[in-house]
Amino acid sequence: MDFAVVRGVSYVLVHAPSMLVHMGTTQTVEREANPDSDYLKELPKHLRSYSECMAYPPNQTYIGNITPDELGNIPRPWHENPLAKASRAGARGEIMPEDEFYALMKIVDSFDLVVLEEGFTAQVAAELSKDSVWIEGDRERLGAGAPISQIEELVSSGRAEGLYIGDKLVGCVKAAHERDKNLTAHVMAENLAAKASGTLALRHLVAKSGIDAADIDYIIECSEEACGDMNQRGGGNFAKAIGEMAGCVNASGCDVRGFCAAPAHAMVNAAGLVQSQVFKNVAVVGGGATAKLGMNGRDHVKKGLPLLEDVLGGFAVLVSANDGKSPIIRTDAVGRHKIGSGSSPQAVMTAIVVDPLERVGLSLKEVDKYSAEMQNPEITEPAGAGDVPTSNLKMIAALAVKRGEIARGDMGTFVKKHGMPGFAPTQGHVPSGVPSLGYLCDEISAGRIERAQIIGKGSLFLGRMTNLFDGISFLIQKNPGKCGSRDGAAAAGMAGVSEHELRKIMADALRGAAQTLVES
Amino acid sequence: MDIENQRRVKELAEKYGAENLVVILGGAEAEASGLTAETVTAGDPTYAGPLAGVQLGLSVWHIVEDEIKAEIDPEVYDEQVGMMEMVLDVDAIKEEVSSIRKQYSKY
Repeated sequence: MDFAVVRGVSYVLVHAPSMLVHMGTTQTVEREANPDSDYLKELPKHLRSYSECMAYPPNQTYIGNITPDELGNIPRPWHENPLAKASRAGARGEIMPEDEFYALMKIVDSFDLVVLEEGFTAQVAAELSKDSVWIEGDRERLGAGAPISQIEELVSSGRAEGLYIGDKLVGCVKAAHERDKNLTAHVMAENLAAKASGTLALRHLVAKSGIDAADIDYIIECSEEACGDMNQRGGGNFAKAIGEMAGCVNASGCDVRGFCAAPAHAMVNAAGLVQSQVFKNVAVVGGGATAKLGMNGRDHVKKGLPLLEDVLGGFAVLVSANDGKSPIIRTDAVGRHKIGSGSSPQAVMTAIVVDPLERVGLSLKEVDKYSAEMQNPEITEPAGAGDVPTSNLKMIAALAVKRGEIARGDMGTFVKKHGMPGFAPTQGHVPSGVPSLGYLCDEISAGRIERAQIIGKGSLFLGRMTNLFDGISFLIQKNPGKCGSRDGAAAAGMAGVSEHELRKIMADALRGAAQTLVES
Repeated sequence: MDIENQRRVKELAEKYGAENLVVILGGAEAEASGLTAETVTAGDPTYAGPLAGVQLGLSVWHIVEDEIKAEIDPEVYDEQVGMMEMVLDVDAIKEEVSSIRKQYSKY
């Protein structure tokens, strides 16, 4: 069976400064515990405008307008060096402003929970940007809006979560049940934001990869939210809810969860389904997390920085049957952190990074690029978490030293050559591995690199069910051509041999056999 | 230091006595390790968790400090910590954690 391929990737961001203030957990917890705190007073002064957020180099990298290498050449702090040629539209998606996103939340709302003010609705409806992907029926679903008095009453009575632009109330999300804690207004707002941003990513994927949405067979959603009611808190199914809003009429789907590692788990699942010929086209999609907006805001404000965590992040990947050209997903080189692997960083990295390479006879040096936890260091460093992508690369370099592949003095060179700067927002599932997938596929297709390892890591202890760590990885590699009926392991061994070359090998062998017969 | 871990440390100190407890850190950064060391000695500097205003004065060390390394089988240490020893800024961590220990540890 042929390996599956990565046929398309999309990335979207949503500028969400008002959601940061009203829905980010750092802020909501602070407001509950200490409503008059200095942090809450200082907060508004550190919010960025849309144009500042849009021109922020890591955000332009995320949507595919500059490469991580180009980002690395821009001096830091990046927030003081905006990109002159920045644009809302990206090669792989867009950066949507908050007002249009509220309209999208209303458009994807199937239960009349989102109520937008009529004047705001009319204004947004008139300005729906051509840089986004609006589909037939969106305007009807947006509707005409409601009087502000109705929205004010819903919010002040505690039955709805307010939607703001700055200080101005422009809409709300209603609770979906009177008593159910899993259908409160706050939970519904979180889930509708995840659904809307996931929909945006999937619509961009369809538009940019050229696939007919009706040809997508299956959708795997991998965000960190849980939708369900009091009888099944994480019942699902975001995947089908999102697919419905992107025209995927022939798709079914399910949600895969695994904290920050979920996208890598979802990719492995998708590759397995395609390689085993269960489905031809599987979309992996993840929407954004409102809870994480401004997560490290206290540290950013304390250090006089802008609130850099002011975007929701989403992505979508199309995993398809081998087309003979897109990078393949090597399922024979999937790394996994096993329950018995141990939880020291060394044990984790050995299980996820080294073991799968050893299995297919590759050294650490033979993987051109590693993509693990691609958080933007400008966000994490002020919060004391360091430069996470570089730390991961240093760990891989240290393993290369321990294995005798490189000298200790060459660790810095290894990190530079095999890594890249972090650029992803801290949206949980988004930084882990997948943000670089688009760039790496381009590099492989252009022949600049042969293969890359995508690494997802997750901190399961946060759910208080286990102290185990988690991680999963896979290799993407230059497409050797369609492999016909050869099995995966053989295909791996034949990596680099095209269909044409195979025919030639067969012809030579037959010619040799015929010659032997003639001579005998 | 997250609230759950603060709660655990506080409960352990109450159960076994602060003088019988040694805290071994594994933080990847000097500053973050220093803040954790401060939390279990002088109290939570962010005033957010159960150790806010609680001066346990515990004996606190980082796994990369020489005194702790000497207590561990070298083979086990190499297998569990060897990689991180090459990655971390060991000197900065040692300096930060030992400085906090000297200031606030009572045991």
